[in-house]
Amino acid sequence: MDIMASPPRRGRFRPPAAARVLGLVCLILMTGCREDSVFTPIGPVANGERLIILDSVVIMLAIVIPTILATVVVAWWFRASNRRAKRDPSFVYSGRVELVVWSIPALTILFLGSLAWISAHDLDPAKPLKSNVQPLDVEVVAMDWKWLFIYPTQGVATINRLVAPTGTPLRMHLTSATVMNTLFAPEVGSQIYVMNGMVGTMWWQVDRTGTYFGQSNMFSGDGFPGMRFEVAGVSPAQFDAWVAATRGRGPALDETGYRALLKQSSDLKPYAYGSVAPGLFDAIVQQKLPPGEGPVQAGNKNPFVRPVRSP
Amino acid sequence: MTATDAHADHDPHHIGHRGAAGYHSMAVGHGEGGPASKRIIVGYGFWIFLLSDFVMFSAFFATYAVLKDRTAGGPGAHQLFNMTDIALETGALLLSSFTCGLMSLEMDRKRLWPTEAWMLVTGLLGFLFVFLEGREFAHLVSIGDGPQRSGFLTAFFTLVGCHGMHVSIGLLWLGTMMAQVYFKGFRQDIQFRVLCFSLFWHALDIIWVAIFTLVYLIGVHG
Amino acid sequence: MKLLGKLDWSAIPFDQPIPLAAGALVIVVILGVVALIFAKGWAPYIWNEWICSVDHKRIGVMYCSLAMVMLVRGFIDALMMRTQQSVAFHSGGYLPPEHYDQIFSAHGTIMIFFVAMPFVIGLMNFVVPLQLGVRDVAFPTLNSVALWLTAAGVLLVNMSLVVGEFSRVGWLPYPPLSELTYSPGVGVDYYCWALEISGIGTLAGGINLVTTILKMRAPGLSYTRMPIFCWTALASNLMIIAAFPVLTATLAMLLLDRYLGFHFFTNTMGGNQMMFMNLIWIWGHPEVYILVLPAFGVYSEVVSTFSGKPLFGYRSMIVATMAICIISFLVWLHHFFTMGPGGDVNGVFGIASMIIAVPTGVKIFNWLFTMYGGTVRFRVPMLWSIAFMITFVIGGMTGVMLAIPPADFILHNNLFLVAHFHNVIIPGVLFAAFAGYVYWFPKAFGFKLDEGWGKAAFWFWVIGFYLAFMPLYVMGLEGMPRRMQSYDVPQWQPWAHVATVGALSIMCGIACMVIQLVVSIRNREQLRDDYGDPWDGRTLEWITPSPPPEFNFAVMPNVTGEEAYWGLKEAAREQQRITRPVPEYEDLEMPRNSPTGFVCAFFAVMMGFALIWHIWWLLVLGFIGAYATLVVFAWRDLHERIIPKEEVARIDLENRARRNLALQEGRV
Repeated sequence: MDIMASPPRRGRFRPPAAARVLGLVCLILMTGCREDSVFTPIGPVANGERLIILDSVVIMLAIVIPTILATVVVAWWFRASNRRAKRDPSFVYSGRVELVVWSIPALTILFLGSLAWISAHDLDPAKPLKSNVQPLDVEVVAMDWKWLFIYPTQGVATINRLVAPTGTPLRMHLTSATVMNTLFAPEVGSQIYVMNGMVGTMWWQVDRTGTYFGQSNMFSGDGFPGMRFEVAGVSPAQFDAWVAATRGRGPALDETGYRALLKQSSDLKPYAYGSVAPGLFDAIVQQKLPPGEGPVQAGNKNPFVRPVRSP
Repeated sequence: MTATDAHADHDPHHIGHRGAAGYHSMAVGHGEGGPASKRIIVGYGFWIFLLSDFVMFSAFFATYAVLKDRTAGGPGAHQLFNMTDIALETGALLLSSFTCGLMSLEMDRKRLWPTEAWMLVTGLLGFLFVFLEGREFAHLVSIGDGPQRSGFLTAFFTLVGCHGMHVSIGLLWLGTMMAQVYFKGFRQDIQFRVLCFSLFWHALDIIWVAIFTLVYLIGVHG
Repeated sequence: MKLLGKLDWSAIPFDQPIPLAAGALVIVVILGVVALIFAKGWAPYIWNEWICSVDHKRIGVMYCSLAMVMLVRGFIDALMMRTQQSVAFHSGGYLPPEHYDQIFSAHGTIMIFFVAMPFVIGLMNFVVPLQLGVRDVAFPTLNSVALWLTAAGVLLVNMSLVVGEFSRVGWLPYPPLSELTYSPGVGVDYYCWALEISGIGTLAGGINLVTTILKMRAPGLSYTRMPIFCWTALASNLMIIAAFPVLTATLAMLLLDRYLGFHFFTNTMGGNQMMFMNLIWIWGHPEVYILVLPAFGVYSEVVSTFSGKPLFGYRSMIVATMAICIISFLVWLHHFFTMGPGGDVNGVFGIASMIIAVPTGVKIFNWLFTMYGGTVRFRVPMLWSIAFMITFVIGGMTGVMLAIPPADFILHNNLFLVAHFHNVIIPGVLFAAFAGYVYWFPKAFGFKLDEGWGKAAFWFWVIGFYLAFMPLYVMGLEGMPRRMQSYDVPQWQPWAHVATVGALSIMCGIACMVIQLVVSIRNREQLRDDYGDPWDGRTLEWITPSPPPEFNFAVMPNVTGEEAYWGLKEAAREQQRITRPVPEYEDLEMPRNSPTGFVCAFFAVMMGFALIWHIWWLLVLGFIGAYATLVVFAWRDLHERIIPKEEVARIDLENRARRNLALQEGRV
């Protein structure tokens, strides 16, 4: 809970400072200090998850590194050619050693298990984010192969672009108009599966302005690599201005527009709809609007043999 | 004939009886006496197969439990089943298990014609079961409530149909065994096979009892 | 109705040069091998002594050979994926999506089902009866059927290269993507039928080995005296019996959806796609341990042998093995924490998944203490084992990370996950397979493998592994999803290049293994294992000559303690001769060879192909053929072949003489 609410504060577990630094250094080296990774979180969700990853790595490295070193040292010291090594082929059982080898992993897992249990509740994607700011509702629809973001209150919608006012919790309801997908932006946080006929709930929050990378994380067919979106973190004032500029302009997302959108396409450049038919999301969830129909057969004589994606 | 005198002097794979320290054991295979007799090995292996079959059925049962209420606007269990037919089916199958047991007894006495006769009765009862089930399925399909109608009917047809398919395969097996017993007599390996068949047949009964309870009884009254 | 169902010329990918060329190459190689076999007059030998063989050792060897051939196929897929991701930044690369998607699906399917599985099953088949001190398995002909059904699955998967297409939905066909609506091609059908057929084979093999281990052991070989490899084999095969039927059922449901319009997993009409994920992972998670437990068994044997010590904490190892066997059935949900089941469910399954790390950790420490106080010889199998211990703990660590639900929310389904499971399966299973291959090769063929090329292969593989998969962790942390045919995030590309270099290093490793085999066959006289115990082994397989005779043991060993063979060897060393008296030899009966397995598999392929292409008359024909084969087998009157006692005596006495000589020369 506290992990989510206040990003700068640590989780419940505080490994020694030196170990934390070591772990951090390792991971930063691993990611090459680059931007755009789970280690450059821009919101409380990703921040909490980053802390969990770091904590667990540090705790485990405390065992893993000695184990690796011990393996190398023991194997090398007891090499056949080492005359100084004391051989004891009868050393095949020791109650004390057994106790230690069972208890070290058991204690670690006890520790990490508590971490898992607490954090599984604290960082559950469906758990509302605590904030003084009124949350913004976003309805997300995964389609073949693009993301539809509907802002029901504002009456606008976007394709492949999630415009998020900074500091505002996003209360997202997600579904799929086609196969299973996950909405994923590494710097923002959690992902859950989206499935046709079902609604998932997930909370995100973007705290810094900027444009961040997002992508479907669950393979969904030939056009999957083109199922990218961007998360645009904008100030609340800019958000209002964007809504005002968008509403009523550009194409309308009514049933006809939606059915056209259902056809498979990928690599779409982001664009916005100036109006959205009310209840569209519910109609998709309740399958009043049918799910996508799969591949369109383009110039392929026998579609049931080797369908080829239409270019 | 009992199993023990069968393998004391004839153990086809010749293992565990003259190997170490002159063992002529009636070993059950727990390590002390060396490998178990062929009869135990065959029976044990077939039991393990039956267990794996139960696991497969449990997957279909689980599926049925999940999809039971997903009728997609179509009929539910209480609207569909004709319990008279189901009672007949159940009767036929349970009776066939009994006749299968009589068949085993006759086989132990090595009496050819009584064995064949009970095999035939078992087969006919099994066939009656399959026929009644097929008729039920055909009826459901004809009124538009086939497996394509809803998730519930999909799961129903698959679970019950999978059992029906097992019974049908059992009938094919039984027919083959009747021919084998007739042409080859009560040879040991053939007796093992008949033994396995009867295990199979009884196992299908157990599964049917579960289907009868969980699908039909609870479906209609639950 | 069309005579050939859906099959027509459009099934052949004339428009795609890569699969066409690859397919043509495979066909040429197969035809070449067949032609060579006939030209040299080897055909009767191959047919009688191998294809029809019901000898568990030959079946084991064939399983392993099949796995190695398929390893090359699976690796070529991997290499294509790595090179594609190296070049696919801001471009389509050289593989279009419909081809790339087949490649990663085929890679996963082949590596798990047709490399790891047959390799592990092959080793178990070869070793377990020898370690149990028995002459045969419980159901030799069924064992042969199991082998050939696996081969049938392999054939179907490879057929899809040239006729039609392979699955494009990943190594597990998640619906609704795998449903007919979204995957109308024959790819998913190829996948399902290949796995249905080979899965039945795997189940049959599992029944055989469980019965063998539980019911057929040398006198005195009680449970707490069984070599740890037999224990792990028992655990693994018990899991096969409990898990594979679920796979069979699940794929059957998907097939019913696809063929008959059922609604198990469809979007509409009451289907439930989440059910598929539950079912497939109820099989899928135990599957991981089906592979890795026998691998742990191999490591236990190797570490103990090459440290010159009994395994440390033997009973503790048994407990750990059986604990893993059971817990592995209780963790499946961690594969989809992101389905949103809530904190309680996720928490329970997260903790359950972590608990598996405890017995696994115990195993690592026990191997460590086995080396402690021992005399460690760095032969090739031992090198693989040490590399495994070091590498596997890293994979275990990332595994525990992924078991923490919130960490999984950010790492799931991206390359971090891919890196993790390669980091456990490659050292955990493949290295063990290689260790076992080098370790038991002399037992199977009577000569050792070349040490130098073996070490070269080892270093290329290990370095290649780190180069190929550590970058994937980084790319995962940078948010790169798995299965990306192309991308436009620049910071991923350098890591993709490093991974490609790693794949090339692994390619060199594979090349070294091929060279090692060729060189070793050429130098086999120098590498000869003349008396059957090349590594100073401790378990019963090393009491037999290399290669062991068909009947394994002239007399059944009488086991009086743990490490049955080591005790006898110690006594023999003291006296410089074999202390066991020459036994009274007797005629032995061994099962006759039978083409049943091969013929059954032939009809299985026929039925599979007919089903994939909707050629219904062929399906009926295949079914009749398979049934007829079984009836012909059942009608057989002679099941055994007698091996006269003179022959038994000759083989055993010769081996005794060689051993006595070696003992006198102090070579043992």
